Order: sequence, then structure tokens, then C-alpha cells
Amino acid sequence: MNRELDFSQVNWAEFGKATNATLQMLGYSSLFTLILGLPIGIILFLTARSSSVGARSVYAVLAFVVNLLRSVPFIILIIALLPFTKFIVDTQIGVRGMIPPLVIGAAPFFARLVETSLREVDRGVIEAAQAMGASTRQIVFRVILPESLPGLIAGFTITIITLISYTAMSGLVGGGGLGYLAVSYGYNRYETSVMLVALVIIVIMVQIIQMVGDRLVKHFTRK
Amino acid sequence: MITIKNLVKTYGTGAKAMTALKGINLEIAKGEIFGIIGHSGAGKSTLIRCINMLEQPTSGEILIGKTVMTRLGKNQLQQQRRRIGMIFQHFNLLSSATVYENIAFPLRLVRTPKAEVDRKVNEMLELVGLTEHAKKHPAQLSGGQKQRVGIARALATDPDVLLCDEATSALDPQTTDSILRLLLDINRKLGLTIVLITHEMHVIQSICDKVAVIQGGVIVEEGPVIDVFLKPKQPVTRDFINRESENAEALDEAIRATNAASSRTVKVTFIGELTYQSILSQTVKETGVDFAILQGTISRIKETPYGQLVVRFEGDSADIRRTLERLTQQRLEVEELEA
Repeated sequence: MNRELDFSQVNWAEFGKATNATLQMLGYSSLFTLILGLPIGIILFLTARSSSVGARSVYAVLAFVVNLLRSVPFIILIIALLPFTKFIVDTQIGVRGMIPPLVIGAAPFFARLVETSLREVDRGVIEAAQAMGASTRQIVFRVILPESLPGLIAGFTITIITLISYTAMSGLVGGGGLGYLAVSYGYNRYETSVMLVALVIIVIMVQIIQMVGDRLVKHFTRK
Repeated sequence: MITIKNLVKTYGTGAKAMTALKGINLEIAKGEIFGIIGHSGAGKSTLIRCINMLEQPTSGEILIGKTVMTRLGKNQLQQQRRRIGMIFQHFNLLSSATVYENIAFPLRLVRTPKAEVDRKVNEMLELVGLTEHAKKHPAQLSGGQKQRVGIARALATDPDVLLCDEATSALDPQTTDSILRLLLDINRKLGLTIVLITHEMHVIQSICDKVAVIQGGVIVEEGPVIDVFLKPKQPVTRDFINRESENAEALDEAIRATNAASSRTVKVTFIGELTYQSILSQTVKETGVDFAILQGTISRIKETPYGQLVVRFEGDSADIRRTLERLTQQRLEVEELEA
């Protein structure tokens, strides 16, 4: 481990491919996390405050599943989901094989963030919409979502960054990308320089995503 | 226009149950400005929120026109609510939308054609005097301007009724007056029925035709503002009025300090055009008694001028009696005060 850092052994072409793979995993898993997590978050929000017994039991079941998935460490989740992953995308490794566990891991997390953001919306504004004769659907799409947009963007930014760390972890169990490079070269073959480069690229990604997220939050905040 | 029958609202059940409204009966006529005044916790907020069913009454009936609000299904209720505008203490505007979009909101809920939305929103902007602020967001407006947006939004769908839930309580006195003037103006122009709740007698006195005083979930006093204001029957009503106009303690002291055997202290009330006539001085000239004014108010309730003077008459007791009779004959109200 005491060897000097030697960047000559870094295969830059391979890094290009790995970065590309990570970005692909990130792109698809973010997209599906949004598609899956947003409605779950909305349902959690709506059923939690409902006066109907039926709605509250939906909340109880959904909240339990969400908590369950959030309490399983991601690395175990990947392994536990192997048969499911095989069924959905017909492979268990590579970019495609990682997307189902990434989404299943991140969507419950994002759903909770969505629920929390929606709760921040002023009750008075919702009530005003009710008084104007808005339906529940109209209240969700015309009041609650626009009013909580900055919070939703902030939550989604955090989720994407969490997904970056998940993609890196997936390198341990056959996922491609920067995580795989860092693990197989940097850890298994003691090529510290490779690990460092992978790390720097990941840090840059996180910084860019956080910066873009913050800018968007600022742009949409009207308070 | 609005009929409330035996309205009861209980929160919670069993030992924790709290009854906010204990059998309210009210009749509000079309085109009227009806004020409900009460201290916080008296049930006034619950009452106004029952009118558009934001609160589900426990029992009793609410009719708006011929529609029984308490018996509507979900969709019918949504439709009916579009005919009832509401404004709020904290305005409750969409912070993510511009002034224009806020006013357009209720119109877009019912898929109004774009040209019609534009026409109506501009008409409303003009009505409340905010045309040049159309593109601003609520955070860029003052409290009074926000409430004007609230009013414009509430009126955009041409409702029959406007409910005002403490609409001026978060505003300073000058802004309160300008909002009240706007409400009165709208009431006249559009013939809109307005129901408002407040804890300030000033609001009632400025624009209301009728008033109901609520305490402990019960209407304790009700009637035309001028009657309730000048002849309050309940302690709680007097309390509201005294805080606004005169200091009861100071009066008591003035009466006690000046009380003499050969004098009588009375409260004389002038209503309407009598207020500005020289009745008092003509009368004492005839009867030859002297008088001192211990306390007095000459003001207006909505459009009606009124005067209320506490006067001590001095002189021969027969002359004083004659003076009081004369005043009563001239349609002034005379009430003797005890020292």
C-alpha cells in the first residue's frame, strides 16, 4: 500500500466506459425512482390524513412496506432481489441488472421525502381550494404539487446522490461502472490510483448534481 | 338566502367531546351584510366554516337558497361551493402562482375557456385595483394587497354569497378600513350577500346591516346593528361596544363625582337625522334647566348617524321631568342612569 501513486497504469478508455455506465444506471434508476416514488409519496400523504378507515389501512400497509424496504441495507437488497431482477430485466449483472434493485432501494426513500414535502404545504391554501370546489385530484395537481415543487426538487436531488452511492456499492456484486472499477482495481489489486480517480469522478458528479438541484430550488422558491 | 337551523357541531366523542356550536339558528337575507362577532373560542369560526361545509355539522341544517348543503353528495357539494366565495384571515393564496393565476384558479377548475378566463381576471383585477400587479407573486405584495387578491379570487366565479373568515384581523387599521370599503362597495355593486366573522366591533359598525353575538357556541343577541349597538342587552355585547367607544369606568366616576340631589343623569340617544338637530338646546331653553355633558359620542353606524350623550340635568325636579318628557316626545331615547 506504500507504493507511490502511479497514474500511468490508469486505463482512461476504461474510465470513459465506466463513467458512461454509471451515468446510464443513474439516469434510468433516477427516472424510474421518480415515476414510482412520487405517486407512492402522494398516496402516503393523502391517506395519512384521511378520515376514512379504508384509506388509513392503505396508509398502514404502504408505510410498513416502505419502512421495511428502507431498513434493508442496500447490498443485501441487491442479493435478495436477484430472482426478481432476473424476472424483470432477464439479467442479474451489468447496468440493466442493477436498475431494479436501485429503484426498489431508492423509491421508498424518495416517497418519504415526497410525503414530507407535501406536508409542508400550508393547510389554509388546501382549504381555500376545497372552498372553491376543487376535487382531490385538482388539489393534488394544481395546489399541492406546484406549492411543494422546491421541496420535491430538493428531495429528488438528495435521492439522486443516494443513488450514486448505491451504484458505487453495486460494483461489489457485479454491477458495472465506476464502483466496479474502484473495487476490482483499487481494492482487489491495490491500484490506489484507480480508486482515487474513480472517487474524484464520483465527487465531481455529486457536486454538479447538488449545484443544479440547489439552483432549481432557488429558481422555484417564491416565498 | 342562508338559513341555519339547529346547527350543532361536536368535536371528538365520549369524554373528550367538545361541543363548539350548541344549536344555532340564523336567517340571513339576500344582499345583506351579516356580521357574527365573538371572542376567540366562541365558535364563530366553526360556524362560518359550516356554511360551506368545510366543517361537517354534527346535526342541524344549512340552506343556501333552496339547496340543503348538509345533504349534498361530494360532487354536488363541489359544485355548490363554486357559488360561495370565501376569504381568509391569512389570505391562503398560492405562493407558487402569480396574482393573475391565483384569480384564474377557480375559473380553471371548471375548464373555463381561455378568453373568458382572461376577460374575467382582468375585470376582477380592476375591481380590486391591482391591474398593474397581475404578474407579481403573493410574496411581493402587502397584506392589504394580498387580501384584495383573495377577494378577486373569491368573486371570479360570480358567487351569490361571500364568506369572510376574520378577513381583516391580520391587517393594520388603515388597510382594514380600505378592505371594508371595498367589501361594502362590492355588496352594493353586485348585490352580493356577505357573511363575516370578527372580534372587532369596529368592523361590524362600519359595514354590517345585521349582527349576531356568539358566546359559548350560542347566539346570545341578534338584530339590526343600530339596535344591538345602541341598546345592547347582554354583558358580552356591552363589552365589545365599550371597548370600541366609551370607557365605562370613567363614566361611572364622572356620575358619582357630580351627583347632587337636584340633578338627574340620563343617557340620551339620537338616531338618524335627529343627530344633527338642535333638540337638546331648544328643549332646555323652554324648560329652563341647565345641563352638563359627561360623556358622548356622535358617529355613524354604516350610513346611519347617531349620537349618544350622557347628560346631567340640573334644576327644579318638575322642570327636569318636563325636559325628559319633551325629549322623549321628540323621538329621542332617554334612559336614566343610576349613580
